[in-house]
Amino acid sequence: MTATQTTGEHGPGSNPDGSLLSVSGLVKHFPIRQGLLQRQVAAVQAVDGVNFTVRKGETLSLVGESGCGKSTTGRLLTRLEEPTAGTIMFEGRDITHLRDGQMRPLRRDVQMIFQDPYSSLNPRHTVGKIVGAPFKLQHVEPEGGVKKAVQELLELVGLSPEHYNRYPHEFSGGQRQRIGIARTLALKPKLIVADEPVSALDVSIQAQVVNLLEDLQEELDLTYIFIAHDLSVVRHVSDRVAVMYLGKIVELADRETLYDRPMHPYTVALMSAVPVPDTKRRHERERIRLEGDVPSPINPPPACRFHTRCWKAQDKCRNEEPPLVELLPGHQVACHFPENAPQPTAEASTSAG
Amino acid sequence: MVAYLIRRLLATIGLLFVVSVITFSIFFLVPKWAGATPDSMATRYVGRTATADVVHQTAVRLGFTDPFYVQYADWAKGLVAGRDFDMGTSIEHCPAPCLGYSFITAQPVLPDLLDRFTVTFSLAIGAAVIWVTAGISIGVLSALKRGSLVDRFSMVIALAGVSMPIFWTGLIALSFFSYRWGITAVGGAYTPFTQNPALWAWDLMLPWVTLALLFSAQYARLTRAGMLETMNEDYIRTARAKGLRERTVVTKHGLRGALTPLLTIFGLDFGLLIGGAVLTESAFGLNGLGKYAVDGIRANDLPKILGVTLFAALFVVIANLIVDLLYAVVDPRVRTK
Amino acid sequence: MTLTSEEQQPAPANGGGRFLDVRDLKVHFPTDDGLVKSVDGLSFHVERGRTLGIVGESGSGKSVTSLSVMGLHKRGAAKISGEILVDGQDVVASSDEEVRRMRGKRMAMIFQDPLSAMHPYYTVGDQIIEAYRIHNDVSKKKARTHAIEMLDRVGIPEPDRRVDAYPHQYSGGMRQRAMIAMALSCDPDLLIADEPTTALDVTVQAQILDLIRDLQREFNSAVIIITHDLGVVAELADDILVMYAGRSVEYGTAEQIFNEPEHPYTWGLLGSMPRFDRERSTRLLPIQGSPPSLINVPEGCPFHPRCRFEQNTRGLAKRERPELVDTGRGHFVACHMSQAQRQQIWRDEIKPKL
Ligand SMILES: Nc1ncnc2c1ncn2[C@@H]1O[C@H](COP(=O)(O)OP(=O)(O)OP(=O)(O)O)[C@@H](O)[C@H]1O
Ligand SMILES: Nc1ncnc2c1ncn2[C@@H]1O[C@H](COP(=O)(O)OP(=O)(O)O)[C@@H](O)[C@H]1O
Ligand code: SF4
Ligand code: SF4
Ligand SMILES: [Mg+2]
Ligand SMILES: [Mg+2]
Repeated sequence: MTATQTTGEHGPGSNPDGSLLSVSGLVKHFPIRQGLLQRQVAAVQAVDGVNFTVRKGETLSLVGESGCGKSTTGRLLTRLEEPTAGTIMFEGRDITHLRDGQMRPLRRDVQMIFQDPYSSLNPRHTVGKIVGAPFKLQHVEPEGGVKKAVQELLELVGLSPEHYNRYPHEFSGGQRQRIGIARTLALKPKLIVADEPVSALDVSIQAQVVNLLEDLQEELDLTYIFIAHDLSVVRHVSDRVAVMYLGKIVELADRETLYDRPMHPYTVALMSAVPVPDTKRRHERERIRLEGDVPSPINPPPACRFHTRCWKAQDKCRNEEPPLVELLPGHQVACHFPENAPQPTAEASTSAG
Repeated sequence: MVAYLIRRLLATIGLLFVVSVITFSIFFLVPKWAGATPDSMATRYVGRTATADVVHQTAVRLGFTDPFYVQYADWAKGLVAGRDFDMGTSIEHCPAPCLGYSFITAQPVLPDLLDRFTVTFSLAIGAAVIWVTAGISIGVLSALKRGSLVDRFSMVIALAGVSMPIFWTGLIALSFFSYRWGITAVGGAYTPFTQNPALWAWDLMLPWVTLALLFSAQYARLTRAGMLETMNEDYIRTARAKGLRERTVVTKHGLRGALTPLLTIFGLDFGLLIGGAVLTESAFGLNGLGKYAVDGIRANDLPKILGVTLFAALFVVIANLIVDLLYAVVDPRVRTK
Repeated sequence: MTLTSEEQQPAPANGGGRFLDVRDLKVHFPTDDGLVKSVDGLSFHVERGRTLGIVGESGSGKSVTSLSVMGLHKRGAAKISGEILVDGQDVVASSDEEVRRMRGKRMAMIFQDPLSAMHPYYTVGDQIIEAYRIHNDVSKKKARTHAIEMLDRVGIPEPDRRVDAYPHQYSGGMRQRAMIAMALSCDPDLLIADEPTTALDVTVQAQILDLIRDLQREFNSAVIIITHDLGVVAELADDILVMYAGRSVEYGTAEQIFNEPEHPYTWGLLGSMPRFDRERSTRLLPIQGSPPSLINVPEGCPFHPRCRFEQNTRGLAKRERPELVDTGRGHFVACHMSQAQRQQIWRDEIKPKL
């Protein structure tokens, strides 16, 4: 992209860098209040300085252990949560602090799928009403009427149009998740943030929903931000993967690169912890076992947040925060002493002592 | 914890302030809407033959002509510093904390109130002991024998207990135990605890049981529901999986979980009972706070009503404060938050 | 041929007696909607020092099975038949008091959600002490020392301080460790772990699985690990039982189940999982439809409405329930297709796509 183009010709459709969504310095702190005056004494640093971009048509996954800030990031992107700092650009527009009224058109473009297929659907509404709700909310009158549009959506997600008048409790978990997906698709969104869409489902059903999401992406040219903790599922669905630890992205790379040559010690440990359904490999695999649990996001370790569990940690890690830098094209890592590094970097060899 | 206590205390004071303002304004505004003037209100405190002038003077003297906030401020000042009332013929002193002064009985409200309070408190505490013991035992029993005859029978009784009005059960009890069989004293008997604890208990037995009947029924139902829920908890299954005796599972693991929520309800009930055992008191002719309030309302004696209302509010708040503190003792999750 | 005699079940590698022997277990719950046949004719066994993995989707009857072994079903609510022999003693036929005395010592259990499975009002230490003192007549002080030792053994840092903490002050992984410490405090002969890592993160899951494996070696107990995650059983189990709709559809050694599975449902499970250890497949191979309600288990082969190979049995699957039959090497399969046909489908159609 040339300089002249960046000055104004990237119309509605892309950010200056050509991405659909870009996030920089995103922070969300949840205050903890205490004492007589309920003063803020600390904060849960749920998301603490996150940068990434999402290209049109791709699937970017966020993985990490429970509490590392995946869902919070998702909720910030869909503006269900107000960012503490940072900027979110969607199609060249700063949406970081839009008010409710201004958000309305954006709500059509950015949709969210939730984890729990049981609690995210109103049990007293029919499937037709649930799936048709976005039309009502946004005052959109689809061609041929709402009912027809809803029935088409139901078919699109693999349900039968006859399900229109039924209630959520008559459906299984996987079918409910399909209803939820149909609802998010109603307004033809551009970006879908899917927060653990298959985690609550049985393996056999999980595969159905994963395949459905993939088909829809192809058919409707969707962009996904896929939040999950299951590294196998993530590998299956993503184009690029961001690994989060305690509110920060510690590694971001293409799927193949990340899974074949992970550089951040945390990523390496995560991968080696995944149980593999193969008895032959049971004794062969070399394992890296992390000690202990994830520290509290209220009082995260200073400098490199992973140093309390990292087997490579040195003094430098405890004193100096490693920035997220691109060590190979498209492969960003935040570590002073990365694994599988391109060549032993000057950095690592000189400052090891 | 200290910060928490202080915060709760401040909240309590704030709440009492609001309650007093509301009560005050009700008794200030309602007569006004009904067409009363300061003078017409003052007629009640002067002789039938008094001239309009005298009446007006009395109204001024008693502060009826002052605007609302001045009257309130006077009253609040009395609470802190005591207050003098110019009764025309004499000046009556109402020592701090002066909750008010009844012009009708020419008495400060507080000493009377405290006197009545001991009666009501006696009534409430005895009844509470009975209803808590009975309610919980019946509730636990029905929960453990769910669906059995015992369960069904006690729940029918409980339903009946909840739906029977107290003055009715009170009258029935009185007519049998006192009038017909002469086992207990006829209504109105009350011996202070300090005088003779045995007689105190004996005199109050009938009101206690009557009042407890109503509450036991409710508590039995709550305990049963709580128990059924707790016994389905995962940790009960764990306790059984360890190989604990069923008795230990129920008493040590089940009951504690089931009863904790009851604490809140108990605090509320007990606090409310202090302020509002009106029906029981009138049924049994006890000179408690409830009767005091009724008397006050009948005589349109604002200071009395205001006094009782505040006193009752104070009690509800204190009871809840104690409950919250107890909660922290019972449930470690509350403590560390 | 049904599983009635001992010779027909998978032979344990090390011979030895069966510590747990479940025979034709049926657990039915009468409900308002109808009879829930949660477990319907299940047989399996475990020896000391061995681990049995039970896999199946949610609602397939895994937890009901484990609670039956522990004798934790209410007598009134569940109709149980069959035999559950724990070291020769039948749990089904024993009195409540007899079963109670077996719990904790003969058999112990770890539950899925360690937060709700521990009493919120008692310290972790008290809960372990309580468990220990049921079967050991020792002073509180002695029991406390033992509790601290157990916490140390399962890898709780600073156990002498942590022993006085409440469950909510522990992290998820620590709670599960504490549960394990509690379950193992009386040195049980049989340990049942019902989805012990489902609520945990992968890194913590790996720690817990390692711990269970180490402890089993140390105590030489029989272990049953119940899960819906084939990866988890592959890590731990010697034998695997695949459950579908309250029945066993395939039962064999871990090697047999993973390397030469013969039941279409097992194939379906393997195809549904994205494989972390293989080349990424372009598409997952889900099982169509969803698991049946256990009130209306389909006639014949319970899997037939979802089975891609149903037509291979020429309608037999719709009418007749296939029995769990030994293929000759201690590998049991419940399917009407002939063994040759199954092996061929696995070799030619399924395996290449995984
Ligand atoms: N409303 C809130 N108030 C206070 N803290 C919060 C709030 N929402 C989230 N948090 C905290 O922020 C951190 C990140 O939470 P988040 O839900 O984003 O985690 P996650 O990565 O999605 O985890 P999981 O895999 O368990 O879903 C956690 O420590 C969480 O407790
Ligand atoms: N107490 C009960 N009453 C009625 N049905 C039950 C009861 N317990 C379990 N079930 C049913 O039994 C079936 C198997 O449950 P479970 O063993 O918990 O499955 P899972 O394999 O997920 O552990 C489910 O359909 C469940 O609804
Ligand atoms: S910076 Fe140091 S502590 Fe952090 S991940 Fe890298 S090596 Fe480990
Ligand atoms: S018996 Fe038939 S329906 Fe059942 S699993 Fe075998 S092939 Fe499928
Ligand atoms: Mg989340
Ligand atoms: Mg289960």
